[in-house]
Amino acid sequence: MYAIDAKGLDYRRLNSRIREAVAGGATRLSLSNVNGHRYIACGLRGPLKIELNGTGGNDLGAYMNGPEITVKGNVQDCAGNTMNAGSIIVEGRAGDILGYGMCGGEILIRGDVGSRTGVHIKAGEGQGPVLIIGGTAGDFLGEYMAGGTIIVLGLDSDAAAVGRQCGVGMYGGSIFVNARSFPGYAGKGVVVSSPDDEDLALIAGNIARFAGLFGLDAAAVLKDGFVKLTPRARRPYGSMYVGA
Amino acid sequence: MLKLQKAKFEIGRDFDRCVGCGVCVNQCANEVHFRDPYDESVCADDIKCVGCQRCVHLCPTGALRVVSFASRTREHGLWTSTVINEIHLQSDSGGILLSGMGHSRPDTVYWDRILLNASQVTNPSIDPLREPMELKTFLGRKPPLNRKNSLDAPEKYPQLELEIPVMFAAMSFGSVSLNVHKSLARAAMSQKTYWNTGEGGLHPEVRAYRDRAIVQVASGRFGVSPEYLEEGACIEIKIGQGAKPGIGGHLPGEKVTGEVARTRKIPPGSDAISPAPHHDIYSIEDLSQLIYSLKEATAYRKPVAVKIAAVHNVAAICSGMARAGADILVIDGYRGGSGATPLRIRNDVGIPVEFALAAVDRRLREEGIRNEVSLVVSGGIRNSADVAKAIALGADAVYIGTAALVALGCHMCQNCYTGKCNWGIATVNPRLARRLNPDIGTLRAENLLRAWKHELAEFLGGMGMNAIESLRGNRLMLRGLGLTERELEILGIKAVGE
Repeated sequence: MYAIDAKGLDYRRLNSRIREAVAGGATRLSLSNVNGHRYIACGLRGPLKIELNGTGGNDLGAYMNGPEITVKGNVQDCAGNTMNAGSIIVEGRAGDILGYGMCGGEILIRGDVGSRTGVHIKAGEGQGPVLIIGGTAGDFLGEYMAGGTIIVLGLDSDAAAVGRQCGVGMYGGSIFVNARSFPGYAGKGVVVSSPDDEDLALIAGNIARFAGLFGLDAAAVLKDGFVKLTPRARRPYGSMYVGA
Repeated sequence: MLKLQKAKFEIGRDFDRCVGCGVCVNQCANEVHFRDPYDESVCADDIKCVGCQRCVHLCPTGALRVVSFASRTREHGLWTSTVINEIHLQSDSGGILLSGMGHSRPDTVYWDRILLNASQVTNPSIDPLREPMELKTFLGRKPPLNRKNSLDAPEKYPQLELEIPVMFAAMSFGSVSLNVHKSLARAAMSQKTYWNTGEGGLHPEVRAYRDRAIVQVASGRFGVSPEYLEEGACIEIKIGQGAKPGIGGHLPGEKVTGEVARTRKIPPGSDAISPAPHHDIYSIEDLSQLIYSLKEATAYRKPVAVKIAAVHNVAAICSGMARAGADILVIDGYRGGSGATPLRIRNDVGIPVEFALAAVDRRLREEGIRNEVSLVVSGGIRNSADVAKAIALGADAVYIGTAALVALGCHMCQNCYTGKCNWGIATVNPRLARRLNPDIGTLRAENLLRAWKHELAEFLGGMGMNAIESLRGNRLMLRGLGLTERELEILGIKAVGE
């Protein structure tokens, strides 16, 4: 385990220390005293485990292709931005624009997340991004979603698990929301249905992992059931235009 | 319902010359030409014709003519045939009018109202055929004049080095064929300039030309990975495009075939939708965050460019971009090309790049930061004179998109969005795409750059200069013809005769 103390370092020095450690062959990193440092693990590749103690700053793990980041704390905005593969596991909450444009990998947040989570996530060849939110999500969850899976559990409170305009403009992928805390409305062009057996198996598999990571009882998490949100059309704008 | 839409072109076939070989039938992806099922004679369905002239070029006996549809509505200055036809199209379909290529109205082209200078008697002109002529251009951040005031002054600033200040503009694989990418990439390699991947990823077969590639990151984030960012010589964030300021992009599922899907990292057949905004950018501060995330991801080894459409407040926006950390500012004027754009947006949103360039250059000078960033303009650059004038108005370099495609054989039929490009350019259909031989395409693109290089050298020599640097931002070399006082003032140039 290679340890870096972020205290007194600005983000550029911290990230350059991380890059040096990785270039030097480190595969396990422990970061302490992280206090909103931006761009941690941005663009890093390959088998690498990072334990982050403190608050991860904006763009944590952006473009990342492979590493696993465990955050003992909260993360700010734009975590997992345009991420390709790997894991971001957060024991606390996440800010806005979580996982924007990601096309693979997983983001697991124990607590709540802000607005614009999972906007335009998509499934690359042989990939399928997974986003699991233990608490609630803000407005515009899964806007423009083109592929992948989002699961919102709404644990710990009776608040609505998703905000306004959930899935608006989505044209692929699925969003599953805890049935008990689903507010009953979703964005334009979204179909609300019940998950089928295949979906339930997918949810159960993901929840088993989520519950294992955060010490939860998977059966209790699953007991309320889920609603499924999918796009009405794969080609929402296919017939809007006429060649001039 | 009787469709009111009319043909735009009519096919003239000289039956004395036609030998019925069927080349036209095979060549036309729009299925204009067909064989009569009864007597095997070759016929045409005029309404499907887009006027691309492919059949005219390939007819071995010269039997074909494609001309504008002669039957017009009664003449009227306001309600022209085009206006009427557009209304009929919309009342037939209820659709948004979609078009390919840039602004189509014959508005004033300000490049043509600006004239260049030449030396006479004093300060003698230089003969570029005998004297060395320097066109070398560096793009990237430069150190501030007063280093003490800079919070961010690393020792080295990564630069792009161009032997001609003309680069190939962003056109994604998917909107254009792989052979277009190959042609432009190879030409950029040999002529030592750069080509731009557009928002569609970098296909493995053009990876060999990555040293001269500018990789684009746009709102859909298609094909963006650490490897992709690492491969480019420069990363360009696309905020906007001159042909469609303020709206997103949309590659229809028909063009998302296996290879395009793989390169973009989306399932085949699905639409590739680029949202109108980047949802992680709602302010200059957010833009700065994206710029620095890309710099961090590439360890500050590559310049980051930001491209916007030329809009009303372009000068203030560019100032913000420069301060947000963009090393290269790209301004795309309202004549900029496009593979698919709503016609109304294309023709009625945005401003000419001539004014945008002059306004931005002036603003950055006034704020004392012009020297720190590079300025690249695009949007309707047609020839070397436009390039020379753009440089004298303050640009460091230009992008050419449409001109490059025309060099490869584009005939401006403006139907790029159909994917049925008979010239093998704006298509991913393998049967059509192979019509553009990448070796010949490379040669044609190289020829264009070589010719412009000679012409730029002639302009410079004529002005008594031996380096493009002497022309850069040198408005004294420009005069305006037939422009109002206000226009001259904004362009920062004098009138002819002054």
